Amino acid sequence: MGKRIGIEVSIAAAEAVKQANVDVISAYPITPQTHIVEHLSELVANGEMDAEFFCVESEHSALSVCVGSQATGARSFTCTSAQGLALLSEVTFIASGLRLPIVMILANRTLSAPLSIWNDHSDAMMVRDCGWIQFFTENGQEVYDHVFISYRVAEDRQVLFPAIINMDGFILSHVIEPLEMIEQEKIDQFLPPYEPLHRLHPDKPVTMGAFALPAIFAETKKAQEVALLSSLPKILEVWKAFGDMTGRYYHPIETYRAEDAETLLVTMGSFGETASVAVDQMRAEGRSVGLIKIRLWRPFPFNDFKKAVQGAKNLVVIDRAVSPGGPKGPVASEVRSALFGESVHPTVYDFVAGISGRDVGPSDFVKMVDKAEIEIEEGNREGYELYGVRE
Amino acid sequence: MTENLNVFAVRTLTQKEYFAPGHRSCQGCAEALAVRLVAKALGRNVIIANATGCMEIVSSPLPYTSWRVPWFHVAFENTSAVASGIESALKVLMRKGRIPRKKIVTLAMGGDGGTADIGLQSLSGALERGHNFLYVCTDNEAYMNTGIQRSSSTPFGASTTTSPAGKVQTGQVTWKKNMAAIAAAHNIPYVATACPSYPIDLVQKVKKGADVDGPAYIHILSVCPTGWRSAPELSIKLGRLAVETGIFPLYEVERGQYHLSIDFPKLKPIKEYIKLQGRFRHLTEEMIEGIQKRVEKEYEQLKERAKRGF
Repeated sequence: MGKRIGIEVSIAAAEAVKQANVDVISAYPITPQTHIVEHLSELVANGEMDAEFFCVESEHSALSVCVGSQATGARSFTCTSAQGLALLSEVTFIASGLRLPIVMILANRTLSAPLSIWNDHSDAMMVRDCGWIQFFTENGQEVYDHVFISYRVAEDRQVLFPAIINMDGFILSHVIEPLEMIEQEKIDQFLPPYEPLHRLHPDKPVTMGAFALPAIFAETKKAQEVALLSSLPKILEVWKAFGDMTGRYYHPIETYRAEDAETLLVTMGSFGETASVAVDQMRAEGRSVGLIKIRLWRPFPFNDFKKAVQGAKNLVVIDRAVSPGGPKGPVASEVRSALFGESVHPTVYDFVAGISGRDVGPSDFVKMVDKAEIEIEEGNREGYELYGVRE
Repeated sequence: MTENLNVFAVRTLTQKEYFAPGHRSCQGCAEALAVRLVAKALGRNVIIANATGCMEIVSSPLPYTSWRVPWFHVAFENTSAVASGIESALKVLMRKGRIPRKKIVTLAMGGDGGTADIGLQSLSGALERGHNFLYVCTDNEAYMNTGIQRSSSTPFGASTTTSPAGKVQTGQVTWKKNMAAIAAAHNIPYVATACPSYPIDLVQKVKKGADVDGPAYIHILSVCPTGWRSAPELSIKLGRLAVETGIFPLYEVERGQYHLSIDFPKLKPIKEYIKLQGRFRHLTEEMIEGIQKRVEKEYEQLKERAKRGF
């Protein structure tokens, strides 16, 4: 058992980056990810970590630095939020196309305008299709653990994709949680130094980042998609190995009291813990309500999801981002796609809640379940609502 | 003297080519020549980060490559950041003993758009941070790859597809941005201007830039027959005329000290340079006179700086 301590989640994330022996860190300040890079700079300044740490002049450069260093064979890290992600989003598509296993923590924050530093998933949804492996974490322990898990998955030669660890800004990034830190020897065993398949080096010259004419582009994209889809078994394998090491086993879809539940809440990120409290309350009242938590957003675990919701009557999806003019919330739209081919499937009711960090407590989840159950009973098959808006 | 050296000593350059023939640049492309000379000067122990642009497109259509040295293209505006990552990775991996210690030059390369416009921020950041890398701007004075659109490096009066010579406007209305001065303002150890019409001078400057400890910047004027509307066989001559007329003086700024690489007691009239290019065809005598005066004034200022030393 590792040491259990009270620690701010951002600091724990930085400690994980240190324990993962990251070689190059590029930093640019944006709330709420800033504590991570602040702590990393301290670790380097105190000689507790041997890495090239430097502050760049924009997030675009932050990820570009990682692309350069990772291609040269160095394990690389950066983190960002919202506007920063928007600025560097161009490079996210390039990093996955180049198959560079960079790991980036995204302290989820609302995209402007109006400017808001608070949490939601509008930033993450913007890069939904950037081709990275994308995790959503529920608490500080998951953030800390997923730094090691992400590098191990990303660097696997059968994977070679960058990975995003989504953690809700403030709600996770700025809270102090009891966390179990893993001993360094165990980490070193779990995550050996990065040995790239190809690297930029004069001893073996390679051309990286060549351009593709239409005659070859589609084939490269197909290869990329197939590879991302086939990363799923590798992710499962790494989660298993991590579980065997720490006792904490992770799954692409987590269920909580979902067995035989008539109504299932579906959440991503820190909503999960709050929703589980609501589920306990409703179960205590004898209601048949359970919870589904999506941990792996990309590649989307369609089969696991379908299996998890089998037999349920209602799905109450809680989105944390709006898809303006689109098919309701992004998670609900994904869930509907997952279920569309099934002959029998639950009715999906979608709430967008907690945008720009507005509090969503256990009683809110109860209210949403109440409303969805009534509306579905009354025949509403397309339920959608921005929850809690004052009108 | 320097001129004679450039004519004969070119045979002393290595025969080895690191930018291989068979690439797809236009006839008479002086940028391809510049890049070939840069590659010769640096030899095999180099890693190149190349911005999006002509040189990227002509040299890397999958599955082919013209590069015999490690070469990396990521995007348009971030080449200096990518080079920062490469340089830092080499440093940390050598320090940790994961790759053998040896001198490997990190070269970032971009055109005038990728340097003076969209890439200026990341370049400034990398220069300020002091990464040990060489940045080479191959300046053909417009966005040639996308079809001759004006950049901030396009000279006054030049007609491009977005600064056309029309009925009320006569080509580019702004003066060429002074990138070398901007680079020098970062107080980096080495800044120079060069032109492939002076190959030995160019090669020497590239070697110098690669040898200094810290960032170096070299601005290379690269004649573009396609965009300049000039005859391909005149590219070398036009490069010489740009220097001889004082339009593109060759100089170095070493640790803040300016000195001219070639000094001309008397400059050739700019008309000799301008009349060979279709992009200036519409200029009136009066406008040419105006350009002449400003070129002379700026050349004198540069000479003063060189005399003063800073």
